[in-house]
Amino acid sequence: MTPFTYERAASPEAAAKAVAERPDAKFVAGGTNLVDLMKLGVEKPTHLVDVSRLKLGGIEETPEGGLKIGAQVKNSDLAADPMVRRRYPLLSRALLAGASGQLRNAASTGGNLLQRTRCPYFSNVAMPCNKRAPGSGCSALGGFNRNLAVLAASEACIATHPSDMAVAMAALDARVHTVTGAGEARTIPLADFYRAPGEDPRRETTLGHGELIAAVTLPPPPKGRQVYRKVRDRASYAFALVSVAAVVDGEGGEVRTSRLALGGVAHKPWRAVEAEKALTGARADGEAFAEAADAAMKDARGYGHNDFKIELAKRTIRRTLADAAGRAA
Amino acid sequence: MAVSASPIGQPLDRVDGRLKVTGRAPYAFEHRTPQPAAYGFILGATVAKGRITTIDSTAAEKAPGVLLVMTHRNAPKQAPFGPPTVPTNRFQRARPYLADDRVRHWGEPVALVVAETFEAARHAASLVEVSYAAEDKKIGLREHLSEAWAPPKIQVGLKTDTSIGDFEAAFASGEVTVDAEYHVAQQHHMALEPHASIASWEGDALTLVTATQVVSSARACVAATLEMPKEKVRIVSPYVGGGFGGKLGVRADALLSAFAARALGRPVKVAQTRQQIFYVAGHRAESIQRIRLSAGKDGRLTGVSHDVVMQNCPTEDYAEQTAAQTRSLYGAPSIRTTHRLVNLDMQGGEPVRAPGEAPGMLALESAIDELAVKLGMDPVELRILNDVQTDPEKKVPFSSRRFVECLREGARRFGWADRPMRPRQRREGSTLIGYGVSAAMRPNYINAATAHASVSPDRKATIRIDMTDIGTGTYTILTQVAAETLGLPTKDVTVLLGDSLYPQSPGAGGSWGAASSATATLEACRALKAKMDAANEPVALEATGSVKAMKDNPDYKNFAQYCFGAHFAEVAVDEDTGEIRLRRMLGVFSAGRILNAKTARSQLIGGMIWGVSSALFEEAANDARFGHVANGDLAEYHVAAHADVPNVDAVFLDDRDDKANPLGAKGIGELGICGAGGSIANAVFNATGVRARTFPITLDSVIA
Repeated sequence: MTPFTYERAASPEAAAKAVAERPDAKFVAGGTNLVDLMKLGVEKPTHLVDVSRLKLGGIEETPEGGLKIGAQVKNSDLAADPMVRRRYPLLSRALLAGASGQLRNAASTGGNLLQRTRCPYFSNVAMPCNKRAPGSGCSALGGFNRNLAVLAASEACIATHPSDMAVAMAALDARVHTVTGAGEARTIPLADFYRAPGEDPRRETTLGHGELIAAVTLPPPPKGRQVYRKVRDRASYAFALVSVAAVVDGEGGEVRTSRLALGGVAHKPWRAVEAEKALTGARADGEAFAEAADAAMKDARGYGHNDFKIELAKRTIRRTLADAAGRAA
Repeated sequence: MAVSASPIGQPLDRVDGRLKVTGRAPYAFEHRTPQPAAYGFILGATVAKGRITTIDSTAAEKAPGVLLVMTHRNAPKQAPFGPPTVPTNRFQRARPYLADDRVRHWGEPVALVVAETFEAARHAASLVEVSYAAEDKKIGLREHLSEAWAPPKIQVGLKTDTSIGDFEAAFASGEVTVDAEYHVAQQHHMALEPHASIASWEGDALTLVTATQVVSSARACVAATLEMPKEKVRIVSPYVGGGFGGKLGVRADALLSAFAARALGRPVKVAQTRQQIFYVAGHRAESIQRIRLSAGKDGRLTGVSHDVVMQNCPTEDYAEQTAAQTRSLYGAPSIRTTHRLVNLDMQGGEPVRAPGEAPGMLALESAIDELAVKLGMDPVELRILNDVQTDPEKKVPFSSRRFVECLREGARRFGWADRPMRPRQRREGSTLIGYGVSAAMRPNYINAATAHASVSPDRKATIRIDMTDIGTGTYTILTQVAAETLGLPTKDVTVLLGDSLYPQSPGAGGSWGAASSATATLEACRALKAKMDAANEPVALEATGSVKAMKDNPDYKNFAQYCFGAHFAEVAVDEDTGEIRLRRMLGVFSAGRILNAKTARSQLIGGMIWGVSSALFEEAANDARFGHVANGDLAEYHVAAHADVPNVDAVFLDDRDDKANPLGAKGIGELGICGAGGSIANAVFNATGVRARTFPITLDSVIA
């Protein structure tokens, strides 16, 4: 671990300023991802600004009937919140499908969104990796890539975003509220929050250096039943091979609206917009769900070990849409 | 308080349980040292084969808190490793580290950085620049099968190949045959406690606190490596957080801490990180196994053949006895087995819980199930039909073989009669339900051990033996044996383990620990009790007692000694996603006299869970381009989590084997894993109709 200095920020603005002023500074909250990567020599900040004690907690209703979640609300608390459980069960279930009890007790909402993408070659500093060492190549191409991306990956990077929470938030049209290094407030729809890897996979979000997440808001819950389904190699404490967040308003046998987001398949939580379009107005039946699944995975590409994820994703989408619509697959 | 008539066998809580849950049972890295210890961090090679050309440690040496950077340039003189052929005891041979500029496998230690704190040492290690002249490497078992060679012997001195009868003729004329190839992945021990050591020197005498299964082997290895008398090495290992074979020998942490502590004149601690354990702590070698069976239409086996090819390393031969149980489990007029090795530029295979049986029975017990399916027979009945009471190869009777009872009792308790008869027959919505059965079998060993027993005038007894408790419950069972033999309450017995100052035992390994150390304790306590009975007044008394090794015991030649069992599993497979989840599992075992019903059950359940884990999860992914383990941490290398093992139970038949030892107890630590994964694979077939022959069985093989 590279030696670093540490400070506790007095306010969100001061925290943002403190990080903005130093190119090698980072925020730390629960530390469940950052500290691991520091130990491995993947992350090498020389200064940490602790934001975990800032007054960025609390879960409250918004005037328009949505929810405002403080960036420092712990994953455990968010999952257990009665309003979340009643109105956004998708989010609660996604949170509980992630990590372990101990990690959820430490991990914050903002930190969960900012987990680095996962790849076994990224976390091993002896390996070439474009994300860690730009231009060194992607070792996962032609390597062990069982759990890596099949959608919107590039030749530069096929890492996957590991968050379950963010998949639910993508489906729920969450918005991220930040304080920039210059002290300004900004609101970013989750759809614009993450970047595809493209030619430069170093950064995963559109946040500027020193930009601090203060809160996440959810609009009022969409109509329909919410289902989160995570498929993984073991029953607990494993990252998703594929996860599906679905909300289907299929009353009367016709899909009026739907939301579909996928985890474990891309560099970011993946909102399957094409599939949603295919579903709108369709009969809520197995055929429509299969078409939606095909639409969601139309541009998918496997890299060897992870070829199976394309078929697995389609099967899981069909099943989850059916469950959300209360129908047979 | 009344003394229980028979403490042996009672489900006594672990006598060290309170110490462990309150953090007062120190593991190797936690021991206090007379002076503050310095911390060493191992730097591993980042090529799989080659030569170190340059090492630039300037920056590391200047880093804050750094005390020493040790490489092959300044490491102490050590005895050479010697030829790949393994001497009598592989764990007692010299194991030099940083001895030359060669790299033999990825992750081999190339430097030890010692600093005032662990963090400083780790950071400084990242500053050491090592350049290599990499050489062509061989990685990949299947890609190098043409280079397979026959070792002169396999583990525990068994024959490499065996043959009785004419298998090829039997197979050619078999009415029903199976010919299948199975693949078992490279798997790792992954004990909860990482390998760790603290070395301190006083003059020319070394005290090494280390996590080891066998104190005497650790002592011999360190003494041989440093070319010093054994008497000058003290090994201390009172509490060990799991071994599973990975701590039968000492590792780089032990030897490098000893080198550095001597160089610095102060204690040095070295622990391996979880990631490092994938490279320098041994593994179960990957294997490819072909099994052929022939049988009559009545189900009687006429031929059994088991050919095994395994990974080996060029520097030290290790041939796991993977087909050995096939020589004795089922009766057939023709049985042949072979073992072959393929040398690859990786660390070599080593014993991992139930070496031989664990991977071998995954394959054999799957093949027997395939035969039952072809025959249209109940796989329980097929196994019963082919039971034998005389070892087919050794031609001697089994000392005790209650395999059929285990199958019958297990079938009754599990509700086997209610099983789905055909694949995909039972479903709950989109979940397919399947049942599977498999055999368990494991040799019973005993080795030479001596124990010291003493009693104080106030009738408090102390047992001393260098045996280790690696989490199995040894402290507790020895307490029970001593209490019963001396006629004292268990609370008045103190057991001291894990110190080379105490009389020698064979340690914990091969499931011989309990029988060997408990028999020595029994004999010591019998001798002490005789003295106590003869004494007219309470005085301090002591005695020793011993047990002979099995090579000196005719009952181990005149009888085939094994433990037996049967596993039953129910799995649920999601038809949409292929996810396989265990629902319940039962093992019924015949394993001699049980010394503690609670700790024994825990041992068996632990083994069964590992069987589930090896069948469904565990696989080290070797990247042939680099020679490293791509999934080398516990986030990516999966072991069973709690949610994967919802309902696992183990039951013992009331048993006692008078050929085993005076206690009638046998080794049980490894029995639970033997065959366990086979019941899972067979249940997956019963659920889905998919016969998975590659372990671990992952969901993609079900939906493919």
